[in-house]
Amino acid sequence: MSKLQIIDLHVSVEGKEILKGVNLEMNTNEFHVIMGPNGTGKSTLAATIMGHYKYEVTKGQILLDGEDVLSMSVDERSRKGLFLAMQYPSEIEGVTNSEFIKTAMQARLGEGERISLFKFIKALEGATSELKMNPDLPHRYVNVGFSGGEKKRNEILQLKILKPKFAILDEIDSGLDVDALRIVGENVNDMKSENFGALVITHYERLLDYIKPDFTHVLMNGQIVRSGGLDLMEKIDQEGYDWLKEELGITTQPEKIKAVSIGTCAVKQTIGK
Amino acid sequence: MNNDHLKNIGTDYKYGFTTDVKNVFDTGRGISEEVVRTISKMKNEPAWMEEIRVKAYKEFEKKNWPTFGPYIKDLNFDEYIYYIKSSEKTESNWDQVPANIKDTFDKLGIREAEQKYLAGVSTQFESEVVYHNTIKELEDLGVLFCDTDTALRRYPEIFKEYFAKVVPVTDNMFSALNTAVWSGGSFIYIPKGVKIEKPLQSYFRINTEQMGQFERTLIIVDEGASVHYVEGCTAPKYSKDSLHAAVVEIYIKKGGYCRYSTVQNWSNNIVNLVTKRAYVEESGHMEWIDGNIGSMINMKYPACILAGPYAKGTTVSIAFASSGQYQDTGAKMIHLAPNTTSQIISKSICRGGGKVNYRGTVRHSKKAIDAKSHVECDTLILDEISTSDTIPLNMVQNNSSYIEHEATVSKVNDDQLFYLMSRGLTEAQATEMIIMGFIEPFAKELPMEYAVELNQLIKLEMNGSIG
Repeated sequence: MSKLQIIDLHVSVEGKEILKGVNLEMNTNEFHVIMGPNGTGKSTLAATIMGHYKYEVTKGQILLDGEDVLSMSVDERSRKGLFLAMQYPSEIEGVTNSEFIKTAMQARLGEGERISLFKFIKALEGATSELKMNPDLPHRYVNVGFSGGEKKRNEILQLKILKPKFAILDEIDSGLDVDALRIVGENVNDMKSENFGALVITHYERLLDYIKPDFTHVLMNGQIVRSGGLDLMEKIDQEGYDWLKEELGITTQPEKIKAVSIGTCAVKQTIGK
Repeated sequence: MNNDHLKNIGTDYKYGFTTDVKNVFDTGRGISEEVVRTISKMKNEPAWMEEIRVKAYKEFEKKNWPTFGPYIKDLNFDEYIYYIKSSEKTESNWDQVPANIKDTFDKLGIREAEQKYLAGVSTQFESEVVYHNTIKELEDLGVLFCDTDTALRRYPEIFKEYFAKVVPVTDNMFSALNTAVWSGGSFIYIPKGVKIEKPLQSYFRINTEQMGQFERTLIIVDEGASVHYVEGCTAPKYSKDSLHAAVVEIYIKKGGYCRYSTVQNWSNNIVNLVTKRAYVEESGHMEWIDGNIGSMINMKYPACILAGPYAKGTTVSIAFASSGQYQDTGAKMIHLAPNTTSQIISKSICRGGGKVNYRGTVRHSKKAIDAKSHVECDTLILDEISTSDTIPLNMVQNNSSYIEHEATVSKVNDDQLFYLMSRGLTEAQATEMIIMGFIEPFAKELPMEYAVELNQLIKLEMNGSIG
């Protein structure tokens, strides 16, 4: 049994504050879902937990079983049991998926311990077939030439093999068709145990047909404004967020989009001359 | 993300040990016509070879320095010793090789390598080949594989027919120097239709301070024959500059195939100026697999002269310039006949203020109708203080052939690092993985043993620097 605590977390990106005091506590054997309108900081929360270099924590704490996560490097967080399934996984030319996954498995072992090749192949082949992935995928370069859906499945493949305590799934459902969504959802759902919990970030309720959440949280304006169970999720799915905004007296400001007129640059240059 | 750890990649020279060897004879420092003639006499060469040497020396004396690349005019030719004989005669039995020389080769792991991968071994220690072993089955096939000096004695006709033809005496200043003072190297002749499956291999080492090494390699692949030759270079570390000016000549007859693989890992005080050229007849195929990790200054542009229709040339290369290194490397493809094709894949990496250039020439002559070439140059720059230039020269002199050229320059990508680290790899492991991925198109072309060595070399150096 493990515990992940997020306490009064404030996070800025390029000087702009995105998270303004997030509080969240979760245990293994629990699935939490975070919903919320676009641009409210869901992905920021996910990336910050993992330690992405772009996000600056200005205040607050993240604790994993009481240990200070924020003082850990990205790789330490991973080895301590955190996992981020990314919305846009990187492509690595020249490195095969299996080589990458094997190195990641090896990184979890103590000094002098070697991963058994037999165990590795068994784990890889097992997970590949459970995710109904193309069997040649492990031998291809990491995410290179993968379709959107293949990339997402590849994230879940790593999740299944690396077996973290907590997984953060950042919009893992985008780019998946109905069948893939079911396969991915069921695979994650089956992992739920005393040793595994997940924080699921999503726009769509459909993924949650397969990943059954225990708790629902709504993130708005950089804070968790409401937490509840399945009923909260269903209400949002049916009615959207307006009722909640009204109740809380929140006016979310849509991103200011600057108007771009095509040809301006050229015109300016001509005038400048 | 902080890239400080990248500064130390490639700084420790793994093979920087020296062995105390008593030299039997040397010509002293400096070069003159007298020295050139002495070398020829010491070797009991025929008169025609002595004359070629003298002719080449006179060409070298003109000092037509290269008009491109790194500044090398401060090379002082009077500082070098041009010929050293370290053991009295060539040994064919490993047991007879002097113990300290064996020790050096043991540190390089050459005997183990021999057992596993090689069909034949000739190792050059300083100027004279001390160990040579050709497996009997090769001899039965009529394959000739020996050091170049022995070849001149044993096979004078074939030697005279091909020597200094692909790289003529007047070719360039450093090939002329090599022709004047050459010593050792490998000679290979593959008879008609003979295909050799296992690679043939040779190791070279420079072991005397300020000694120039001028080995000469001559490979002749007869019609329909095929061979893969692997040359390995590692040298002990010394404080003073040392010159290495080699010449490799390859002649591929109709339908023949030759692959020449090298991972050059000279210590970082060597000036490496090498002329490598292959002449390819109809439907022949030459492949240069060329790795450049070591040396202080390196100028090397393996060339294919595609002389017959449907001849094919391939160069796959990497160059790694670390602190204090200047790698000026590339490839040349000269298309002289219809339907010839060529491909160049070049991968360059620089760090710690190193400079790495790709310098290449692809020329389709008037006669090279429907010729095709593809050039791909990728550069990975690991820090802010290192530099790289891509200098391609692409010439098409007819209106039916085409050349494709692609080039990319990139840095180690922070998002890739984050991705790999988020799976538990340390920053060093992640960086290493990205670099290994970058050079994979090269590494996959190497024999297994070499790929592992290359991999280990980069890994060791990175681990050592990060702690």
